[in-house]
Amino acid sequence: MSDVLAVTEHRRGELRDESFEVISAGRELADDAGGDLHLAVISGDVDSYADTLNRDGVDTIHTVEYGEEFNHDVYAQAIEALFADLEPTFVLMPNSVNGLDYAPAVANSLDLPLVTDVIGFEYDGGLTATREMYGSKVETTVEVEGDQFALTTRGAEWPEAEGVGEADVSAFDFDPDEDAIRSTVTGFEEVGAGDVDISEAEFLVSIGRGIEEEDNLPLIEDLVEATGATLSSSRPIVDNGWLPKNRQVGQSGSQVTPTVYLAIGISGAVQHVAGMKGSDTIIAINNDPNAPIFDIADYGIVGDLFDVVPELIEQFE
Amino acid sequence: MKVLVTVKEVAELADDFEVDGTEVDDRYLEYDLNEWDDYAVEEGVQMNEAGVADEVVTVTIGPERAEETIRMALAKGADRSIRVWDEALEDPDLLDVETKTKILSAVVAEEDPDLVLTGVQAGDDAFGATGVALADEIDFEWGAVVNALDMDADEGVAHVHRELEGGVEELTDIELPAVLTIQTGINEPRYASLRGIRQAQSKEIAPKTLDDLGLDADAVESDLKLTDMYEPESESDAEIFEGDAGETAGKLADVLREKGVVQ
Ligand SMILES: Cc1cc2nc3c(=O)[nH]c(=O)nc-3n(C[C@H](O)[C@H](O)[C@H](O)COP(=O)(O)OP(=O)(O)OC[C@H]3O[C@@H](n4cnc5c(N)ncnc54)[C@H](O)[C@@H]3O)c2cc1C
Repeated sequence: MSDVLAVTEHRRGELRDESFEVISAGRELADDAGGDLHLAVISGDVDSYADTLNRDGVDTIHTVEYGEEFNHDVYAQAIEALFADLEPTFVLMPNSVNGLDYAPAVANSLDLPLVTDVIGFEYDGGLTATREMYGSKVETTVEVEGDQFALTTRGAEWPEAEGVGEADVSAFDFDPDEDAIRSTVTGFEEVGAGDVDISEAEFLVSIGRGIEEEDNLPLIEDLVEATGATLSSSRPIVDNGWLPKNRQVGQSGSQVTPTVYLAIGISGAVQHVAGMKGSDTIIAINNDPNAPIFDIADYGIVGDLFDVVPELIEQFE
Repeated sequence: MKVLVTVKEVAELADDFEVDGTEVDDRYLEYDLNEWDDYAVEEGVQMNEAGVADEVVTVTIGPERAEETIRMALAKGADRSIRVWDEALEDPDLLDVETKTKILSAVVAEEDPDLVLTGVQAGDDAFGATGVALADEIDFEWGAVVNALDMDADEGVAHVHRELEGGVEELTDIELPAVLTIQTGINEPRYASLRGIRQAQSKEIAPKTLDDLGLDADAVESDLKLTDMYEPESESDAEIFEGDAGETAGKLADVLREKGVVQ
């Protein structure tokens, strides 16, 4: 049997979307390989999580009671113990921030080849994974040698599993090495609240590294002024301190769903797109015709923003 | 305290490029210091300046060409550098995480640092896994995607913030020795000063082969093989406005009015 062990994720009492996506990815792989789909749910209120995770396609849910929140030392040990018990062919983990915090340790400990941030895979006795490189400008296929594999799956690439399943729920007898738990989560902090809530805006003018310098901000502010838009940005603008954190759109920033999202000088990296792909209409101004932002845009201008933006301002003055 | 910072020279693709087999030809590539490593170097240098660290050493797996990038890190204030390269590393078109982990752990064995800083990911292959895999290999504690760091060297603890999704940060205490993967925005990386650039010329970049590190060619046998590379097929039906800046801006303005977001 070529079974799949997929690891779910929760935070502050709630299962995260990745948990349901990893079920779909896991089911696909288990079907390819002709095996069962096992889920691991670790820490927190595991029994209630198991109820919710019991969706179509899940064969067994292993609950690991230990602590409240994510702790990578606990996760790594629990997954390694489950792996020893189940001997699955694949360990599937979400390529989330927490996934990044335990998956490489698990793969290294178990001596499994690791492919991260996969957007597709095929298994026909051998594993081939698809992933992107160079900031999503190219896609690659990777042949993976081995009998057992560790993969992390990109968020929002697989649909969330639905339906009510008939999985067995089994409490896993977990006896961790407490001495090896050398990190402690002490709390959480919300960041980024501020004057404006960009998630409420109807029209966002969003700027990226293409604006080059802070001195070019007034140009964009003129556009914002002329159109009555709300200003947001990609991450580097915030990292540079040109705009406050509450303006950042993306995975680690805000999710936005405006009527129109105008992306100016933004390449469309996956972590940015994660925050704005739900916009009704996406328009991009970018001088690189291959910029990934054009893949999700409805309208585009391939050109220099320093030529286009002044003309656009003129249209509304 | 000694800090080891991993520094990678990454390739960026030009706006127009062609894929040839499983590679992009060198003439379409521009090499630069990995964005995330720039922040890791800055964090190390700031610890040095604050008297928390007494030496910051960088380590790079890369060919001789990478020395230009390494000098950049030295010019920003790193004390010295190690560059690992070997004929055996020239062949694989993709160095998997395991290979990098083996090489870097051999360097750690030689250098015996108290803290290792890496970038969250490299901008080219974007594995995002080396730091944590390395920590496991050398039995250090670790923290991934760190965007605030407060070292308590006396207590042997790093108080960190890990930047989670959706504007939430996790506060975590990590026992030293540790590997931390550094997220952009944690600090403000400096530009190398002229003086720094001059000083960097006389700082050491020690070349090492696999043999020097007690490794053999088996160490670089990758389980991953790149079998194809292509420009992703765009499923987009984006309407691209044609014309000069004035014309395209006019069409864009029409769309904005049509959608009712601007009068
Ligand atoms: C864990 C993690 C979380 C992250 N979270 C986020 C997040 O929440 N939000 C986010 O945005 N990023 C996030 N990132 C970073 C992300 O990977 C990218 O680095 C970032 O989105 C790139 O921003 P950008 O598009 O502005 O810059 P770049 O990728 O540098 O793109 C700039 C674009 O501007 C174009 N350009 C340049 N000059 C001009 C000109 N004169 N006219 C027109 N176009 C021009 C270029 O062609 C290019 O396409 C995260 C990364 C990680 C690892």
